[in-house]
Amino acid sequence: MKGSILTTLALQCSMLALLAFGGGINTVVPELQRQAVDVHHWMDARTFSDLFAIAQASPGPNMLIVCLVGLKAAGIAGALVATLAACAPTCLLTFVVSGFWDRIRASPWRVVVQTGIAPVAAGLIAASAFLISKAADHAPSLILITLATAAFCYFTKRNPLWALGAAALLGLTGVVS
Amino acid sequence: MWLNGAAPGSGEGDASRIGQRQTTLFVPVVPGRGRRVGTAPNLAPTRFPAHKQIMAAPPADETPSLLELYLGFAQISVSAFGGALPWARRILVERRRWMEPEDFASTLALCQVLPGPNIVNLSVAFGRRLHGWRGALAAFVGLMAAPLVIIITLGTLYLRFGQLGSLKGMFAALAASAGGLIVATAAQMAVPLIRKTPVTAIPIIVAGFVLAGLLRWPLPAVMAVLAPIGLILAWRTRTRS
Repeated sequence: MKGSILTTLALQCSMLALLAFGGGINTVVPELQRQAVDVHHWMDARTFSDLFAIAQASPGPNMLIVCLVGLKAAGIAGALVATLAACAPTCLLTFVVSGFWDRIRASPWRVVVQTGIAPVAAGLIAASAFLISKAADHAPSLILITLATAAFCYFTKRNPLWALGAAALLGLTGVVS
Repeated sequence: MWLNGAAPGSGEGDASRIGQRQTTLFVPVVPGRGRRVGTAPNLAPTRFPAHKQIMAAPPADETPSLLELYLGFAQISVSAFGGALPWARRILVERRRWMEPEDFASTLALCQVLPGPNIVNLSVAFGRRLHGWRGALAAFVGLMAAPLVIIITLGTLYLRFGQLGSLKGMFAALAASAGGLIVATAAQMAVPLIRKTPVTAIPIIVAGFVLAGLLRWPLPAVMAVLAPIGLILAWRTRTRS
C-alpha cells in the first residue's frame, strides 16, 4: 500500500514540476491540492492550506510544499520521494538545455513562450490564491488577515515574512480563531 | 574568476585578473560533451569537456570550488524567506561576485523559460557551467539540504502538535496570511498583463482561474487548452509589432 502511495507521489510530483511554467510552484498548487485532497484523500483542504503556509514561512524554495504533501501522505520516505521526483525531471531538462541556451536566447520563440504563458500562469496563480484562501478562511477574522496580508504584500516592497509573522503572533495570542 | 568577476578575497583592483575577464559567451563545442563558457585567451584546444578546461584555465583562487559552490547555495537557501531569487542575486552577484549582473539576468531568463522552480534551475545551470555535473549537483544539494531538513522538522511538528490549543490558532492565522500572500502574487502578475494587453490577457487569466479554481480541471487539461491559445496570441502580437 505504502509502495503504491510512493509511486503515485513520484509520478504526480514529476508531472506537476514539468507543468510548472511561468510562475513556479504556485501555478500547480490547484492541481496539487486536487490530487492530495480530492483524488487521493491524503488530507483535507484545511490541512493543505496549513501545509502551504508552512512552506511559505520556511526558508528555501517554495516548491517544498510537495515535500510536506509527501510527508503527510507517506511519512519521511514520502517527503523525500516527492521532493526528488519534483526536482529530477526539471533539473535534468535544465542541465541539458543550459548548453544550448545561446541558440534559444536568440530565437523569437523564447519571447513568444514567455509572453504567451504569462497570462495562463497568472490565471493559475489566481486559482491557487482562491483555493488556499477558501480553505483557510473559516472565520471572519481570518478573512481580514488574508486581505491585510494581500494589501501589505501588494502595496509595499517589504519582506512578506513580516505579514506571516504578525499573523502567527495574532493566532498564538488567540485573537483570531 | 575571469568569467564572473572577482571571487571573494581576490582584490577588485587586481588589474591582471580584470584584464583576463571576458564577456560571457556560450559557445557550443561538441554536442553532449559540455559547453565552453566564455572565451579566455589561455584556453587549451578543445580536447576535454569544456568545464574541465575552465577548471584548469583560470587561477585556482578565482573559480569557486565545489565546496564553495555548495556553501554559496546553502547560504542562499537559508536566507531565502519569501522568495529565493532576490537572495540569489544578492549573494551570487553582489556578495560573492561569481556572476556579472547581465550574466545573472540572462541565466535567470533561461530558468524562467524552463518548467520547474526558477531557483532550482538556476543552481543546476550555474553549477554545471563551473564544474559540469558535479557542480550542478553541489549547487543543487547546497540549495536543498538545509531547507529540506527544516521543512520536514516543521511539518512533523505540525502534524503531531498542530491541533493543540493556541498552535491551532497560530496555524489557522498563518494559513490565512499565506492565502493573502498568494492573492498579492496573483495580482502582481495579472495587473501589468491586463494593463498592457487587456483584450488578450483578461480572457486567458479568467479562463485559467475558472478552469483550475472553480471547475477543478486537471492541470494537463487546463494547459492543453490554454497554452496553445496563449502562444498563438503572443505569436500574432509579435508579428504585428
